[in-house]
Amino acid sequence: MMTNIGNRVTQGQFSFLPDLTDAQITAQLKYALNNNWAIGIEYTDDAHPRNTYWEMFGNPMFDLKDPAGILMEINNCRKTFPHHYIRVTAFDSTRGVESPTMSYIVNRPKVEPGFGLVRQEVEGRSIRYTVHSYATDKPEGERYGK
Amino acid sequence: MTEPAAEQDPKPDVNALHNVPDATPVDLEAAFRDSHVQEVLDKLDRELIGLKPVKTRIREIAALLLVDRLRKGLGLTSGAPSLHMCFTGNPGTGKTTVALRMAEILHRLGYIRRAEVVSVTRDDLVGQYIGHTAPKTKEVLKKAMGGVLFIDEAYYLYKPENERDYGAESIEILLQVMENNRDDLVVILAGYKDRMDKFFQSNPGMSSRIAHHIDFPDYGPGELLSIAKLMLEEQQYRFSPEAEQAFADYIVKRMKMPHFANARSARNALDRARLRQANRLFAKPGAKLTKKDLVTIEPEDILASRVFSDGVPDTEAPKAATL
Repeated sequence: MMTNIGNRVTQGQFSFLPDLTDAQITAQLKYALNNNWAIGIEYTDDAHPRNTYWEMFGNPMFDLKDPAGILMEINNCRKTFPHHYIRVTAFDSTRGVESPTMSYIVNRPKVEPGFGLVRQEVEGRSIRYTVHSYATDKPEGERYGK
Repeated sequence: MTEPAAEQDPKPDVNALHNVPDATPVDLEAAFRDSHVQEVLDKLDRELIGLKPVKTRIREIAALLLVDRLRKGLGLTSGAPSLHMCFTGNPGTGKTTVALRMAEILHRLGYIRRAEVVSVTRDDLVGQYIGHTAPKTKEVLKKAMGGVLFIDEAYYLYKPENERDYGAESIEILLQVMENNRDDLVVILAGYKDRMDKFFQSNPGMSSRIAHHIDFPDYGPGELLSIAKLMLEEQQYRFSPEAEQAFADYIVKRMKMPHFANARSARNALDRARLRQANRLFAKPGAKLTKKDLVTIEPEDILASRVFSDGVPDTEAPKAATL
């Protein structure tokens, strides 16, 4: 049974929609900047649902005030990691909040093999389940093609 | 979510030249009024004395942008105009000030998204070692996106005597962004005329990508006096009539001396006059001071300058003067 049609990783905002265009990303960036949120770019080739912390691409851009500059950095990251998942996060640094407010994927591999369910038989008739990404059978950096 | 169509520019209609009737009325005046450019131009006229050719050029650019916008409204093509500029002129002729105004005008006309000027020099763009320059330049460019990047003393970017200088790398990145991100960034280079000319000679690519070369003329003595009066007004001071005459004499004398920097010299002279004024007020204890004393610059505040007594600018160290 396929519950995730198209076999796409659906994490963060807009992930059930078609990939965002650059113009749409710019609009989202503008929204975040208008709220004074700092934008960071992160990438990974292990998009397991429990893998919360992705690698940062450069520092969070606290000092940028225009979406064009951030889009430049996103494209730079896409060029560096064309087969990785890349997400954009907006961070609200207000004291007491200090947490991400937006997060959406802006780049994904062409083919996403998805996740399998691994059953582990333990004592008695119990079974433990775990979610396993097919792509992570390969070493880091080669998971979605070079 | 935004609609993709709303964000992207409508494709220019190739047939608009023929399909839209020639008699279609356009309201240039209304567009001009709506853009509030006149306010900025008026402010420019009020706050910047002289600089006739500069003002004319700015007016022309504003007009072109406005007409382009109207053309776009009719579906006629309006090739995104190249707005990169080069300001050349002697020190203190108002290049930075005009750059700030330019950002405001371009912002009002909707060609840049923020009326903000990121002002940099060579140090901010060029790195110290291999691989340092590109990230540094890109960092600055990212910061300036959507506004105006003002590169002061731009000719320092390129040092022909040192072929391993990293300035060339910075120029290359600049050129690339100036070409590709024309909608996002306006670059203004500034520097002295002769050095900028040399800079462009050795970087023809840079010269051809800059559409507007604006030369800032030196100020005349009358203009400098008006500027000085404007500066004093901003600081809520005023000349007494005799002081005004003294300052006019000061300008004429100072202009003939070395290191004369137009409006900057006038500003420095005023700062020193304010110091002397404060000192003068202190020097008469017991005297009853009024508000008038606090705001008025008297002739002796100006005549005390060494420009009058020794014939040298005040800025020079006293030692150098006696030697």
